[in-house]
Amino acid sequence: MAAPKPPHLDTLSLHAGQQPDPTTGARAVPIFQSTSFVFRDTDHAAALFNMERAGHVYSRISNPTNAVLEERIAALEGGVGSIALASGQAALHLAIATLMGAGSHIVASRALYGGSHNLLAYTLPRFGVETTFVAPRDLRAWGDAIRPNTKLLFGETLGNPGLDVLDVPAVAAIAHGHNLPLLVDATFTTPYLMRPFDLGADLIYHSATKFLCGHGTAVAGVLVDGGTFDWEASGRFPELTEPYAGFHGMDFQEESTVGAFLLRARREGLRDFGACMSPTTAWIVLQGIETLPLRMARHVENTRKIVEFLGTQSAVASVSYPELPGHPDHELAKRLLPRGCGAVFSFELKGGRAAGRRFIEALRLFSHLANVGDAKSLVIHPATTTHFRMDDAALAAAGIGPGTIRLSIGLEAAEDLIEDLAGGLRASQKA
Amino acid sequence: MELDVRNAKVYAYTGGKSFDPALPCVVFVHGAEGDHSVWGLQSRYLAHHGRAVLALDLPGHGRSAGQPLASIEAIADWIVEVLGAAHVPRAQIVGHSSGALVALEVAARHPGRVDRIALLGAAFPMRVSTELLEATRTDEPRALQMINIWSHGAYAHYPSSPGPGFWVHGANLRLMERQKRGVLPVDFAACNDYRGGLAAAAKVRCPTLFLIARRDLMTPGRTAQDLVKAIAGARVVEIDGSGHAMMAEKPDEVLDALRDFLSSAMPT
Repeated sequence: MAAPKPPHLDTLSLHAGQQPDPTTGARAVPIFQSTSFVFRDTDHAAALFNMERAGHVYSRISNPTNAVLEERIAALEGGVGSIALASGQAALHLAIATLMGAGSHIVASRALYGGSHNLLAYTLPRFGVETTFVAPRDLRAWGDAIRPNTKLLFGETLGNPGLDVLDVPAVAAIAHGHNLPLLVDATFTTPYLMRPFDLGADLIYHSATKFLCGHGTAVAGVLVDGGTFDWEASGRFPELTEPYAGFHGMDFQEESTVGAFLLRARREGLRDFGACMSPTTAWIVLQGIETLPLRMARHVENTRKIVEFLGTQSAVASVSYPELPGHPDHELAKRLLPRGCGAVFSFELKGGRAAGRRFIEALRLFSHLANVGDAKSLVIHPATTTHFRMDDAALAAAGIGPGTIRLSIGLEAAEDLIEDLAGGLRASQKA
Repeated sequence: MELDVRNAKVYAYTGGKSFDPALPCVVFVHGAEGDHSVWGLQSRYLAHHGRAVLALDLPGHGRSAGQPLASIEAIADWIVEVLGAAHVPRAQIVGHSSGALVALEVAARHPGRVDRIALLGAAFPMRVSTELLEATRTDEPRALQMINIWSHGAYAHYPSSPGPGFWVHGANLRLMERQKRGVLPVDFAACNDYRGGLAAAAKVRCPTLFLIARRDLMTPGRTAQDLVKAIAGARVVEIDGSGHAMMAEKPDEVLDALRDFLSSAMPT
C-alpha cells in the first residue's frame, strides 16, 4: 500500500467535519435550528449527561451544525477540537476562564485588538486576574514578566493594527520553559497563512466574524486546542487535573489525555457562561470557510498591489506591512508567513487627523466601519474608533499614530480599489 | 487508579467510578502507541453500568512506568499480573488492534482468568508494511502520519469522541505523539513478529466477539477471518462507515456491540 498523504487545506475546508446527511441525503450542512435533542430512552439520556456517550443534549452546550464547524476549524488548524462561540471575545474569555481564577496572572502582548486590551486591562482585574503587557518583539520581557501565579502567555499572530508579527516559536519556547501554555489570536492570519500549532502555540482563537466567515454577515468566535500542552506535567492547572465537584468529580485530564481543556471549557464554560454560537451563525461561517483558501489568496494578492501603490504616493508618510523590507518584522514574516501577511494593514497619512477625515469621506468603494476581513474593502481610523479608550502613550506603544489609517483589503478588482484610494489621497491633501 | 506490578507503577482508568473488584471486571487493552483514553466513552459507560473497569496504560505508555513490552505474549502475561494486583480473579478482556492479539493470548494462556474476549480490529498475521515498519524506526513523525491516515475511514463523525467538537484525526495523532520516543517501534515490532495467533485461537474456549470496521485499512476485515474461523462460536459484528479507530469514529456502535456481548447470557 502506497504511503498516504494528509489532505490539503483546500480539501479540508470543504469536507472536514461533514458528510452527506444520513437521513435526508442533504449534501450541504443542514442548519439544526433546534434547542434540544430527543433521547432514545432514559439510559441514553443519563449516559449523555454523564459523558458516557457522545451526542447532543441542548444547543447551549453542543449542536450538530456547530459541531461541523468545530471539527472543520480544528482540522484546518491541526488541533484536536474546538468550541464555537458567540464572538471572538467570548472565545478569549472562555480560554481564560477555563484556565484560571482570581489571583492568577497573564503575560500578554501590548499589540492587541482594543477589545482584548479592554478585557485584560480593565475588566479582568475586577475579577482578580491581572495582566502584564509586554512589547511583543522584546522576548526578554516575556520571560521577565512571568510570575509564580502566571497561567498564560497571550499574543496575536499579527498584532492589531501595526501588524507586529508574533515570534510564535520563540514565545512558545519561553512559555514552555516555565510550564505555561501560549494562546494566540490568529484572526488576521487564518490557517491559510499560518498554523500556529505547527509553530509551538498551544491554544488558538479566532474572531470568526472576520476572514473565516469572510462576508461581514455573522459575529462568531472559535477556540481551538492543539492538544499538545501537558497540563498534568505543568502542575499549574488543578482545574484540569484534579476532580471537579461541578461535574461528578471528573478529572478531565484522566478522562481525555489530549482533550482535557476542551472538555472542561465545554462542560463548565459553555454550561455556566453560556456564550454559545447560534446554529445559523455556524452555518454562515461554514459557507465562508468553504472558500477560505480561494479568498485568502485573493485578499493577499490585492493587498500586495495596494501596498505597492501606497508606497509611491506623496500623501502617504509610511506604509506598515511586514512584507516591506522596512518593517521591523520583515525577516520574521518571511519565515513564519511565507504565503503572505494578510489583508489588514495600516499607513500613515500626511496631515494628521484632518487629512484622515477628508481621506475617509472621499472614498467610494471602501466602507468606513469597525470590522476587518470582509469580502468588501474597509477603512477605519483606529485612534477614534477601535482603540479610542487608549491614551496617546498606550496608542504609541501599540504602534498607532493620530493619522494612522487601517485598511482591510477585500476581493474587488485591485485596479478599482487603487483608483478609489487615489481619489481619497488627492482629497486628503486639499486644505 | 494506580497499581504496582513488577515494582513499577501501572495506571488504570476506572471509568470515573471507584474500582470494586467484587463487580464483574472488564479490562480494556489499547493498541500500539495508545493509552487508556482511546476507550474513554465505552469504559466510562460500563463503569457506570455495573462493571469494574480497568482501562490500562500498558508499560511505558501514558501514565504507566517502565519500558514497553516487546511481545504480545509478554503483554498477555503482564495483564494477568495486573489482575492479581487488582484482586480480580476473572475478567472480560477487550482489546483493540495489537491489544486484540493480547486479549486473544490471555484467553489462550490463562483460560482460568478470562470469561470472554472482545477483539476489535484484530488481524492475523498482523503484518506491518516494510515502509511503515522502517518509518517507525527512522522517521517517527512520518510513521505517525501514515498510521493516522490509515486509521480513519471518514473526514466526519457523528458523534465524534470524546464528544462534539473533537476532530478525531487530530486527537489520535496528538495522542500518539504524546507517547515516549522509542515506544512506537517496539509496539509495531510486537505486532509484526507475533506468530501465535492461530495456535492461540485454537485454544480459546470462552465466548468471543470480533468487531470489524468495514473501512479498516490497517487491519482489513479479511485479515481477521482465519481467527474467526479458528474460534468456535465466535460472534462477528461489522461497523459501517468506520476505519481502524472505531472507538472514536463510531463510539455508540462500538459501545452497543460491547454492551450486548458482555451482558449476554453465558453459554452453558
